[in-house]
Amino acid sequence: MLNEDLKLKLTEILPTIIFEEGGEWLNAFIPPEELVSFVEQLRYSEGLDFDYLFCLTCIDWKSHFTMVYHFSSTIHRHNIVVKAKLDRNNPEIETVSDIWRTAEMLEREVYDLFGVKFLHHPDLRRLIMPDDWEGWPLRKDFEDPVNMIKL
Amino acid sequence: MIEEIGRTTEGDLIINVGPQHPATHGVLHLVITLNGETIKKVEPHLGYIHRSIEKMCESLSYRQFIYVTSRMDYLSSHINNHGCALCVEKGLQIEVPLRAQYIRVIMDELTRIASHELWWGAMAMDLGAFTPFFHAFRERETITDIMEKTCGARLTMNYMVPGGVMAELHPDFQKDVKHFIQLYKSKFEEYNELVTGNVIFQNRMKSVGVISKEDAISYGCSGPVGRASGVICDIRKLYPYDIYNKVEFDEITEKEGDSFARYVVRLKEMQQSIRIIEQLLDNIPEGDFQAKTKAVLKLPKGEFYQRVETARGELGVYIVSEGGTTPYRIKFRSPGFSNLSALEHMVKGLKIGDLVAAMGSLDLVIPDIDR
Amino acid sequence: MFSLENITRIIHEWLNSHFNPTFALLSEFILVGLASITLFAVLGLSLVFMERKVAAVMQIRLGPNRVGPKGIFQTTADTLKLLMKEGLVPDGADKFLFTMAPFVVMIVAMLILAPIAFAKNFQIWDINIGVLYLSAVSSLSVIGILMAGWASNNKYSLLGAMRSGAQIVSYELSAGLSVLSIVVMTGSLSIRDIILSQENGWWIFKAHIPALISFVIFIIAVTAETNRAPFDMAEAESELTAGFHTEYSGMRFALFFLAEYINIFIVCAIGATLFFGGWMPLHIGNWQGFNHIMDYIPSSIWFLGKTIGLIFLIMWFRWTFPRLRIDQLLNLEWKYLLPISMFNLLLMTLVAIMGWHF
Repeated sequence: MLNEDLKLKLTEILPTIIFEEGGEWLNAFIPPEELVSFVEQLRYSEGLDFDYLFCLTCIDWKSHFTMVYHFSSTIHRHNIVVKAKLDRNNPEIETVSDIWRTAEMLEREVYDLFGVKFLHHPDLRRLIMPDDWEGWPLRKDFEDPVNMIKL
Repeated sequence: MIEEIGRTTEGDLIINVGPQHPATHGVLHLVITLNGETIKKVEPHLGYIHRSIEKMCESLSYRQFIYVTSRMDYLSSHINNHGCALCVEKGLQIEVPLRAQYIRVIMDELTRIASHELWWGAMAMDLGAFTPFFHAFRERETITDIMEKTCGARLTMNYMVPGGVMAELHPDFQKDVKHFIQLYKSKFEEYNELVTGNVIFQNRMKSVGVISKEDAISYGCSGPVGRASGVICDIRKLYPYDIYNKVEFDEITEKEGDSFARYVVRLKEMQQSIRIIEQLLDNIPEGDFQAKTKAVLKLPKGEFYQRVETARGELGVYIVSEGGTTPYRIKFRSPGFSNLSALEHMVKGLKIGDLVAAMGSLDLVIPDIDR
Repeated sequence: MFSLENITRIIHEWLNSHFNPTFALLSEFILVGLASITLFAVLGLSLVFMERKVAAVMQIRLGPNRVGPKGIFQTTADTLKLLMKEGLVPDGADKFLFTMAPFVVMIVAMLILAPIAFAKNFQIWDINIGVLYLSAVSSLSVIGILMAGWASNNKYSLLGAMRSGAQIVSYELSAGLSVLSIVVMTGSLSIRDIILSQENGWWIFKAHIPALISFVIFIIAVTAETNRAPFDMAEAESELTAGFHTEYSGMRFALFFLAEYINIFIVCAIGATLFFGGWMPLHIGNWQGFNHIMDYIPSSIWFLGKTIGLIFLIMWFRWTFPRLRIDQLLNLEWKYLLPISMFNLLLMTLVAIMGWHF
């Protein structure tokens, strides 16, 4: 489906969606509360069928976080990027791991490195860092004078 | 290496496998819950080789960060570098000369063959046959010798730069590769006779670790793991980069989704790689091997995503740039991470011997997962 | 020409002429005991070396070639190293059983040596139930393995020992039935009679099809009995347990290790005796000239050649095939090999009665 048709269809599903121009694929900003209902529509609607979640990550803009989800469809071969803005002091968002099973480990990694809490996640704990690590390493304000050498 | 670390309330055993393994895989630590010999739960513990590559790259320039990625999936190091270089070129809109494109694709395919050779030897060793390992390394040595002559290194060949490749090909390159192709074609039949056709191997791999097509898509499996379950996900065909849209090769898919299907997919992929190299080897055009770029690269503000097909699956390089000389955030979507998340689903209810076969067929490289 | 039976005859006559008969007999006992211990040591060392060289050749490399000319003292060096290691007995292990287990396995291996004929008239004890004795005594080695697993006070050793025990006991059935099929053709259980009955040709040629099936089943069964690959799941490295000899170190481990290789020699010797004629040279029917030429080669060389050929075959299996899973292993025995060997026994009996052999 072409970007224009996608835009129309997505605005029908969620009127508060904002599109960002200039990227390789369609970038859609949605409020974090609407995430699960929106992505369920993405997954199961006719004509959309985004069944392949291939990247789930978070970016730390020093005033807020942005969750980034990259979806692709194995049937129609279109791609979309969904972004949600999170509050830096209390970053929380619903999990999508019951729709795409790959999100289980990807969300654990984001929790481990950024501290974003995923509500209703089956098993949210640290993945890469040791279990008793203090702090969220990939945040921009993470300082570790022992282990990190600033170039 | 294997010790009991507890019991659940029903009396199931909880044991550790790893993190040090006799032969392969790197430092993978699995905590398995067993009932007798049947596996009930598998939990991977990662992080033994976490080197915080993503955080490191935030303080390295765009020319420097590419070489850290060689150490991520060290068996397909050229392909990792290729992906990063392509992403930077996408941001800067650099046009890569045709000669460099040919060289890059040939190096990629040679790396793919070398990686699959090592996987083949290691998988056979896991199942108890010790000899194929030596046969596989005999072929792999020829490839690493070719790489050493041109790139200077055998494992982490830092050869790609944004704009092309770092140095000109060695004058013996075409002759050596032709010799390798001839050697390989004569030995490939041995692989089928020694391992693929052996009844014991087939019995240990057929119907072991089955994953259906819907589950493979849901778990994000890509590469040979996904293709063995019928998912069409070869990035070289779907989103071609460099010269891939001009070469002819088949995308190999199987339907069963078991370990034997993953095995067959990788063997046939090796043959397709030979086919690609043969098409390109004699026709490398003359020209520059590197486009002219500034000394200090600055990507414009924005986000860039590049996908490449490594030997393990789809590697995604996601650069978020604020206009400076270093990236603001880099994320590497590693194929092994998603393939590993499907492991528990595959082996629930099977025996320990099947866990070994399924893990071998997934072809995990742990530095790729931990980054 | 050179013949081992001359040596025994000379020693026997010399002893009897110089001392009284009882003393001569006693000293013969001692000599035979010393000879078999020496044979053990030499066999153990050279078989381990042979395995390493054969493995190397199959894996396109050289194998040990530094210690001594062409590396022949490698195993001596390894044994010296093992002798000097500390032999730990784990806390909580049953000390008596733990110490006895390697000796049980070694003693069983030595006992089986008695009826084997190494050359013409060069047998320690020609009992008239030779084959039955061999089958019965070789079953005793399971006791040693179970002792080792139990006494180690380690859950995984016990599991490994149980698996090994189950495997050995199952495959003894098929091995026994294949051996029995040759006994049917010979009509006698004594080793000497079996070898003499092959004077006009080895059983594998004379009793064609059933003997071939018997031989194949025999080789598979004895590979499984000695816990060799492809049936070595119980001691494989990357599997769950490290086997019944995990807790053993130093000399006790060396005894287990050597006992495994002696067992391989013994079962190959039995196979060579039953199917290929033991020390009997290759005779074809009544081709006198051919037979006479074959007789020039000493019988001990014939025996050694056949046994080493079979040992090479078993080593070849190890370096070619992957492992079978434990349930596939037991499946193979109970569902396939046992019915086939029973049917084969019937077939052999039919061939023997109707005289359809050469």
